[in-house]
Amino acid sequence: MEVAVVKYNAGNIFSVMSALLRLGIDATLTDDKEVLRRADKIIFPGQGEAGTTMAYLHQHGLAQLIKDLKQPLLGICIGMQLMCSHSEEGNTPCLGIFDVPVVKFRPEPNFEKIPHMGWNSIREVKSPIFDPSLEDEYVYFVHSYYVPLTKHTAAKTDYVQPFSAALQKDNFYATQFHPEKSGSVGERILTNFLKL
Amino acid sequence: MLAKRIIPCLDVKDGMTVKGTNFVNLREAGDAVELGVRYSEQGADELVFLDITASHEKRKTFTELVKRIAANINIPFTIGGGISELSDVDRLLNAGADKISVNSTAIRHPEIIGKIAKNFGSQVCVCAIDANFENGKWTCYTSGGRHRSDKELFSWAKEVQELGAGEILFTSMNHDGVKTGFANEALRRLSEELSIPIIASGGAGTKEHFKDVFVEGKADAALAASVFHFGEIPIPDLKSYLRSEGISIRIK
Repeated sequence: MEVAVVKYNAGNIFSVMSALLRLGIDATLTDDKEVLRRADKIIFPGQGEAGTTMAYLHQHGLAQLIKDLKQPLLGICIGMQLMCSHSEEGNTPCLGIFDVPVVKFRPEPNFEKIPHMGWNSIREVKSPIFDPSLEDEYVYFVHSYYVPLTKHTAAKTDYVQPFSAALQKDNFYATQFHPEKSGSVGERILTNFLKL
Repeated sequence: MLAKRIIPCLDVKDGMTVKGTNFVNLREAGDAVELGVRYSEQGADELVFLDITASHEKRKTFTELVKRIAANINIPFTIGGGISELSDVDRLLNAGADKISVNSTAIRHPEIIGKIAKNFGSQVCVCAIDANFENGKWTCYTSGGRHRSDKELFSWAKEVQELGAGEILFTSMNHDGVKTGFANEALRRLSEELSIPIIASGGAGTKEHFKDVFVEGKADAALAASVFHFGEIPIPDLKSYLRSEGISIRIK
């Protein structure tokens, strides 16, 4: 199985590559359009800022390519946010795969901290990447912007208010949390995705 | 609900943890990667590795170690110690670290925090603050507690938040190593006055101390070394105790 990881100007790619290696997958980190088109599975990972990462994707012809992919694709963290319609971060138009905007957490003063950082639980999981035993399991989040609940929500998490911890539509899967940093629970989610 | 984090801290010199451990099947001074894996299997929520190597040449060896940690550990980890410029941050993040921690350099050159936040994002920038309560106020120290600075804890903490730090790791020098509990009063004030997460360090001796630091100190995370290394408080026991006390905790 060929797994390609989208190479762009987002950080923390190394942890995704390492997590895949631990699962026995020697993935290819690439921005080569042909390699991306013919891969069996695509991972679109990263940490970063919406404006600069989106600009990079457009400049390198990756924005349209990602939207047109037909094989299972998993967006992680900023990857998931870039798959939405628009991000409040830098007032950035995004890929529009999921018709929902990304907005900033606005907690009550002296209540929740921003970024939402650490382990939080997922509930109402519904997607082939979540087996039912993953209900209420903890996964690792680091983010200041979030995706509200939508018809594409595949898992919910509560912080400030309930938000989309995961999304799914057709061949497009996405998690706001980092499965590559979520211990054995994260490994199960990655394994489920690789089995699609 | 967001869980409170339990973070073992490993001091590393030449690839080995310096403080001894009494884990079964591990050497007295354990291999840092082996020990990190063991902690993550036991349910640690994050790990901190501090490079206490003195010389510049050995720093390169440490980068190799960070790569090994990243390849083997499936939870987030922070690297601290000896980070003096942006290129150090770049090197460690490229080696697979999730976050880096700055301390002395931030006090000497506060602008490094803004540079890290701008280049890599606030979430990778942990600002460590070592402070000692003396003459009625909390004074910050550099160089592992050897040099007193002119910074006062609360004003400095607010400054680093404004500069772009994503978290604060506060160590009370008065409490460190004494095992009589964390500096809960100062921690609570930090937590209430700041909008970024606070990691408490210094003073862990019993399971109750961890409960107190979350309830009274309002800390988001608690860091400790020797109580974990010497097996005085096994992490699974600690976590089930904290959950039974009504604290939001991830149980593996």
